[in-house]
Amino acid sequence: MIKELHDKIVNGEITAVELAQKYLDVIDEKDGPEGLNAFLTVTREEALAKARAVDEKVKKGEKIDLLAGIPYGAKDVICTKGIRTTAASKILDNYKPPYDATVITKLQKVGAVMLGKTNLDEFAMGASTENSAYGYVKNPHDPARVAGGSSGGSAAAVVAGEVVWALGSDTGGSIRQPAAFCGCVGLKPTYGRVSRHGLIAMASSLDQIGPLTQSVEDAAIVLSRIAGQDKMDATSAHSGGKLYERYLTRDIVGKKIGVLPAEVYDNLDPRITESITRAGECLQEHGAVLEEVALPHLKHALSVYYIIMPSEVSSNMARFDGIRYGMTADDGVDNAPGDGIHERYQDTRRIFLGEEVKRRIMLGTYSLSAGYYDQYYNKAQRVRRLIHQDFVDAFKKVDVILLPTAPEVAFKAGAKTSDPLTMYLSDIFTVAINLAGVPALSLPVGTLEYDGTELPIGGQLIGEWFDEEGLLAIGDVLEHALKR
Amino acid sequence: MAVELTEEEVRHVAFLARVGVTDEDVKKYQKDLSSVLAYFDELNAVNTDNVEPIGHITGMTNVFRSDNVHDVDEDTKRRIMENVPETKDGYIKVKSIF
Repeated sequence: MIKELHDKIVNGEITAVELAQKYLDVIDEKDGPEGLNAFLTVTREEALAKARAVDEKVKKGEKIDLLAGIPYGAKDVICTKGIRTTAASKILDNYKPPYDATVITKLQKVGAVMLGKTNLDEFAMGASTENSAYGYVKNPHDPARVAGGSSGGSAAAVVAGEVVWALGSDTGGSIRQPAAFCGCVGLKPTYGRVSRHGLIAMASSLDQIGPLTQSVEDAAIVLSRIAGQDKMDATSAHSGGKLYERYLTRDIVGKKIGVLPAEVYDNLDPRITESITRAGECLQEHGAVLEEVALPHLKHALSVYYIIMPSEVSSNMARFDGIRYGMTADDGVDNAPGDGIHERYQDTRRIFLGEEVKRRIMLGTYSLSAGYYDQYYNKAQRVRRLIHQDFVDAFKKVDVILLPTAPEVAFKAGAKTSDPLTMYLSDIFTVAINLAGVPALSLPVGTLEYDGTELPIGGQLIGEWFDEEGLLAIGDVLEHALKR
Repeated sequence: MAVELTEEEVRHVAFLARVGVTDEDVKKYQKDLSSVLAYFDELNAVNTDNVEPIGHITGMTNVFRSDNVHDVDEDTKRRIMENVPETKDGYIKVKSIF
């Protein structure tokens, strides 16, 4: 998709301004709080100015990058200088960052055209965008169903044709699960592959920024332009300017695909299991070899994740204090604060943070508190090592691992909001990947009918640390094999 | 071992986290947190006797930088201060600590 549009811009078939306008028209038509609700802010003027600059270059015959003039959306948890960045929270309702995230700067340099900021679960905490303070994102296939989360706005915007691609962030599945629910490609790179500078932190040892796109090739193109070491993020890994799209050779003969033992699929809709089996067969038909891998500690990943993630959340969220930026309890909104600083903190956070965010802060504070640290946080970090080791062992045998992205397809809005634990179970197949730090790709592998609507099923491929090229090459073959 | 948080425990954690809670919130957290903590009990079955807690997952070692003060331009200063809820004479206003 990106390459086709790039060729059209270069050949003069369409100008970047016309292209931006075309996508802005779709946003006008489909979005807004009563519509899809994928966008929280639309940056029309900035986008058209950026597109004009690209057209100038084309007119002068200058070489432009593949992403130049291509309209994209950025999840509203990624800082954009002077452009409202809310994290879908009331506490940042009025926040205009004084700087750009590193990914935004990189995309600006290559001439990518940002059309706006996409909706999400508040501070990226959730699996349905129902935790957004600005209403949930509707699934493009059925407005009564959720788009998934937390990058639900990015996934829905891509699938509805409001943007060509979008940036998301993934802490426990937040790129891959909405990609699965909406039916697009989502890539969570290796931890450290993409700079987190300017990503409003949720859980710093798990967060990664990545693309949601219409094809595996598009994901490769975007990754090439956002990856790399950054002195502003000490955990960003050294990776020297790879063009991932050049590794999509369509040759996977002899590649080993890990599949999980049958008991992992107990209690799963058999139609999801079938799609994954079919995906495995497709890869086999193209010369890959299937081999069973165990991942014996996978079943503990959810517990480990829901201890470590809230612990990091409770620490990261301490910055929202009503003093330096964001909303404060003194704005005459609700009851006036007491006289002291503690009351200011407590009132600000009580009034302006949402239920799930507060629940996770509470859970994390408890797990880290005196007397419970060993029982919860320390225990979880030990089991995390065992999960990490499972992947080390598995990748001695196979090149990638194939499994579902989610244990379900897009569910109805409101179906899971009463019980936090039920919502957490949505993350069962995604969280282990973040705990281990490996890259993973979600792509559509079939559909499943509910009440007369065909809903996408997401399949997931997990790659070895820093082997995005190998992962994307296999994903590219699977994508094309399934289309035939 | 099912964990049942007491009302005092919930209030203590809420104070540590500086999250204001109503009486109704306390009851809700007692229920929600207790059910999630009970789920974690399954980890007791995992033997971690000789397992070190993991520090970093991609094998990076310490990354250092010099601890220097860098001035920023006036435009950035203005943008930072525009986000501050309350200022006085160009300073960020903080509530009294004592």
